[in-house]
Amino acid sequence: MRPLIHRRRDLNDPAPSRAAYRMTRLWLSPLFRRLVTAVMPAALIFGGAAAWVTQPAQIDMVKTWTGDILASVEARPEFQIRQMAVTGASPVLAEAIRARLSLEFPVSWFRLDPELLQASVAELDAVAQVQVSVELGGALSIAVREREPAVIWRRPFALEMLDATGHRIAYIDHRDGRPDLPLVTGTGADAAIPEALALIASAEPIQDRLRALTRRGERRWDIMLDRDQVIRLPETGAQQALERTLAIHAALDLLNRDVPVVDMRNPGRPTVRLGPGAMDYLRLTRSFEQGLASQ
Amino acid sequence: MMDVFETQRAMRQMRKAAMQRGVVAVLDMGTHQATCLILRFDGGDLPTVDGVGPMAGQSQFRVIGAATTRARGMRHGEISAMQETERAIRTVVQAAQKMAQVRADHAIVCFSGANPRSYGVTGEIDVTGQEVSESDVAAVLGSCDTPDIGGHRTILHAQPVNFALDYRSGLSDPRGQIGNTLTTDMHLLAVDRAVVQNILHCVKRCDLELAGLASSAYAAGISAMVEDEQKLGAACIDMGAGTTGISIFLRGHMIFADTVRIGGAHVTQDISKGLGIPLDLAERIKTLHGGLEATGRDDREMIPLTGETGDWEHDRREISRSELIGIMRPRVEEILEDVHARLEAAGFDHLPSQKIVLTGGASQVPGLSALATRMLGQQVRLGRPLRIQGMPQAAAGPGFAATVGLCLFAAHPQDECWDFDIETHRYPARSLRRAVRWFRENW
Repeated sequence: MRPLIHRRRDLNDPAPSRAAYRMTRLWLSPLFRRLVTAVMPAALIFGGAAAWVTQPAQIDMVKTWTGDILASVEARPEFQIRQMAVTGASPVLAEAIRARLSLEFPVSWFRLDPELLQASVAELDAVAQVQVSVELGGALSIAVREREPAVIWRRPFALEMLDATGHRIAYIDHRDGRPDLPLVTGTGADAAIPEALALIASAEPIQDRLRALTRRGERRWDIMLDRDQVIRLPETGAQQALERTLAIHAALDLLNRDVPVVDMRNPGRPTVRLGPGAMDYLRLTRSFEQGLASQ
Repeated sequence: MMDVFETQRAMRQMRKAAMQRGVVAVLDMGTHQATCLILRFDGGDLPTVDGVGPMAGQSQFRVIGAATTRARGMRHGEISAMQETERAIRTVVQAAQKMAQVRADHAIVCFSGANPRSYGVTGEIDVTGQEVSESDVAAVLGSCDTPDIGGHRTILHAQPVNFALDYRSGLSDPRGQIGNTLTTDMHLLAVDRAVVQNILHCVKRCDLELAGLASSAYAAGISAMVEDEQKLGAACIDMGAGTTGISIFLRGHMIFADTVRIGGAHVTQDISKGLGIPLDLAERIKTLHGGLEATGRDDREMIPLTGETGDWEHDRREISRSELIGIMRPRVEEILEDVHARLEAAGFDHLPSQKIVLTGGASQVPGLSALATRMLGQQVRLGRPLRIQGMPQAAAGPGFAATVGLCLFAAHPQDECWDFDIETHRYPARSLRRAVRWFRENW
């Protein structure tokens, strides 16, 4: 029997103590082993890192640190953009573009968003197409294609320059700015500019007499000539109606007569309205004929 | 009779749980050495190469951890100092676990002491011309009359060894056969209850669940005898250090087991006493120089008896090997005489074959087979345990026969009485059947 009095462990005894035996068995159980070797270190590392990171001082530090690094990268001369080149635009439009973008140079490459700039420039009326590109040499290149003015549209309160598709280019103060452009009037005229341009091209023989095209009820055109003469064109087939009118004019010298209105709206029945002098002459002629007949 | 098997049944459940987990520890608590093997059961992927059979069913498992240590606190295969035995078990289990790198929660234990005694009992029931079902087998096992084993004894093994159906005896499995009277012969092995309780307690203190308990005489018989010896009838003499176990097998079943409470430790003790030397030196010269048959050459072979008493004359003695043999032989003869007496008492002479297999650590002494042949009969051989997969070479000797047998016992446990469920669903079924029969006969 072992002595009951406690003594130091016999070093020659190969037997593990109860506690050591239990610890060994615990260590050999797979769940505990995985817990200690994998789960616990991971939890400790992540927990410690999370606890450290969530301190406000550390958050500030990380923020300033990353901010400094970003700023230093942004400030490098390789990424600086010092000037802007606008190509393909008139001086007025170029000025408008510069004013609209309002960039202060030098600016970092990272602070510019070419697509945003492009959208912003494309919003200008006079710009048909724009390509913004950043060249790493340090220049912001804006290639612009302007809209070509085709007509002037007189509205009740303003004069507008429109391109061939009817898109507004600019407001202008008075017609004298562009006397070469034809004039259109009437509400909704901008929606039918291609048709108007075709009509104007067809009206070549009476070019010197053409004053304007007026849109009526947002559906058809009237051609206004000098001496307050009007050619009313139908809604559809306006081109043919105009050519027919010009053919009549060529044959009968129609438009040089006292005919204030040539109404071509019904293609089956071209109508003219006579002026007062012509009317009198017609009446006189008729009564003379009647007088002859009655006599 | 079934009520006394609750512990055994619980152990069987434990064994099932251990098999599901796939790892079970086998613990041989001997008098001289404690051995722990950790077995891994992995689904029984048998090799399919031509010419390789099922390898006696031992290809199902593999030894992944093995450790042996000097037994402590054991005498005659029984626990004499609980604390010391517990330490030895802890040492050996921990070492085996370390080798296996797996934790073993279930242990199957064998021990050699506790005065095993065999009883043959008979049971008989009426199966009324019906097909014999599993519940009938359970019923016939339950109907065996309990012998008076004494209040301090408990049953360690209860194995049905024979079934007879209407005078057709020798049935190994009566299920599905038709007959009127089902008879069974059952072999009960009773041991001292206190010893078993001590072992249960000791294993429990080592945080292990007991998944099975076997007599080491039985376990040694399983592993040291080949299959035809078990079938034709043979006795296995497991010569341990504290006890010598005897098990007799017939038709593949153990039909008798007993122990002689003398073993190799007593031989060592005789040498120590006779020559006045310490026990460990006696053990050493026994294993190195021991023998049982003296020849003329042994007179000239001198064995130094070194000592450290300080007395020069005493420390420089020498004896001849024949003197050593002269000390060892009477004790071994005594063991074999006792074994012979037990075999006589068991009626071993009436068996068709009188083969005797000697195994166990003490059977390694040279000259034993000649001596045993002279004392026990002509058909004596020295048995070594089967080779099992993963077993270290150092643990392949006859001293590990019981350990290896315990592995086989763990892999293929013999059907025991408590493996059959009875009563609860048997009784109503039977009365219902009786009622149906009554209706059929009377209407």
